[in-house]
Amino acid sequence: MKKKGVGMSCVLHPTGNKGAGDPSQAAIQLKPDGTFALLVGAVDIGQGSNTILRQFAADALGVPIEKILVSNFADDFAPLCLGSFASRVTLIDPHAVVNAVEDLKRRIREWVANEWEANPEDIEFDGETVYLRGDRERRSMTMDQIAAGANFGGGYNPGFLVGTGAWQPAKFHAHDPETGEMPAVGAISFGCCIAEVEVDTETGVVDVTRLVQVWEVGKAVNPLLVRAQINGGLHIGMGYALTESSYPYWPTEDYAPEKLGDYFMPTFLDYPPELIYGIEEVPHPAGVQGAKGFSEGSSNGPPPAIIAAIHDAIGVWIDTYPATPEVILKALEAKKASE
Amino acid sequence: MKQQVLTFILNGEEVAVLVTPTETLLDVLRERLQITGPKRGCDDGECGACTVLLDGEPVRSCLTLALTVEGRTVTTVEGLMVKGELDRLQKAFYERGAFQCGFCTPGMLMVAKSLLAKNPNPSRDEIRSYMAGNLCRCGSYEEIIEAIQAVAAGEY
Ligand code: FES
Ligand code: FES
Repeated sequence: MKKKGVGMSCVLHPTGNKGAGDPSQAAIQLKPDGTFALLVGAVDIGQGSNTILRQFAADALGVPIEKILVSNFADDFAPLCLGSFASRVTLIDPHAVVNAVEDLKRRIREWVANEWEANPEDIEFDGETVYLRGDRERRSMTMDQIAAGANFGGGYNPGFLVGTGAWQPAKFHAHDPETGEMPAVGAISFGCCIAEVEVDTETGVVDVTRLVQVWEVGKAVNPLLVRAQINGGLHIGMGYALTESSYPYWPTEDYAPEKLGDYFMPTFLDYPPELIYGIEEVPHPAGVQGAKGFSEGSSNGPPPAIIAAIHDAIGVWIDTYPATPEVILKALEAKKASE
Repeated sequence: MKQQVLTFILNGEEVAVLVTPTETLLDVLRERLQITGPKRGCDDGECGACTVLLDGEPVRSCLTLALTVEGRTVTTVEGLMVKGELDRLQKAFYERGAFQCGFCTPGMLMVAKSLLAKNPNPSRDEIRSYMAGNLCRCGSYEEIIEAIQAVAAGEY
């Protein structure tokens, strides 16, 4: 018999470590052709950090995103980033990027002021134009001109226009010896997931028939990527809840998965036929433009929602992941025996 | 092992390459011809990342012995672009964010290409079942379905 159930979970996901230091660095250089080379340490494994860090750099400079080239290829030479994990990059790295841009602007101001025999404090930026306050008509240069002048010299003083930046959520906080209190995280993201399942009581198979997941992300810097991460988190969460395991159940380890095909990830057919995602924005004071990370949390929402839905459907709480058919059938048997 | 000459049409051009009888099409494409669009996800026929079109039909190049494609036509993701223009599916995937890491994308595109060639207006369920053999660890299934639907609806 197929039984339907609905379950819900609420997730609170920390992003950025406040207690033990969690810095990232960035550098940005004005290249000879007027583009900017942004060097970051964050590794983009598909989550889109390169894209959003370019966005932040472009916004801070007031130039189109096409002008920003980003590289994080060579670990040996890249600025340091503690890593692409724990949803920390969107909270932390943009600060490093924005600080690097400010530093670069300071260097540009100094270089231009030197050319014009002016005071660096009187140099203003207007997108890709740099000018002397009060004398914009006579004293203005485009970024391309500055790039060519500084990098190739000629009639100008040579210069290497690079800015660097670093940031962490807070200095190290030792815990309070009296209370044990410690501000552990830089920011928290909030999510909610509602799953509807259909449990086949004869085969033990659980189908997720509908799923809704909503995340409060501070600011959706790139809504396409936020969406990909909410629905991508579902993939990991569903696998965790229902199918993925590298542990042999029975009777010996000989039955452990050996290859990819023995390890059951959700496929197109396992995805809920009806899938809804939602994004909520409440700008976070610690984030650049209010942004914070969340994506790891999106894989934490579905498992408890699915387990709760199974409980709703068949009246048993599954306390081991994944809830494979074997686990479901054993739980049903145990329930019957106890009745 | 003794090498033999294999001749076939790759992305519209005839190629001849020395191969051993045990090499797979994926080995030959990636290692001998530097065609790295098809990805080696599992090398075991399970993930679909290595999918190419053989005479228009999707096959797993990791399970296809290279010598069996003698004289036949192979299209990889590199062959989807025509005269510098991305294929409609490529545009839709790109604009709709139908991937995160992109590792599965070359395989997904080839299967989707074959689906639309056979069924220009597939339903959501038809897309799900036709694409079911291709895995995406980043979980971009929903976005992939939408991108294919958008192409079918003539948006690209
Ligand atoms: S590499 Fe061929 S199916 Fe995975
Ligand atoms: S986009 Fe990463 S595996 Fe599909």
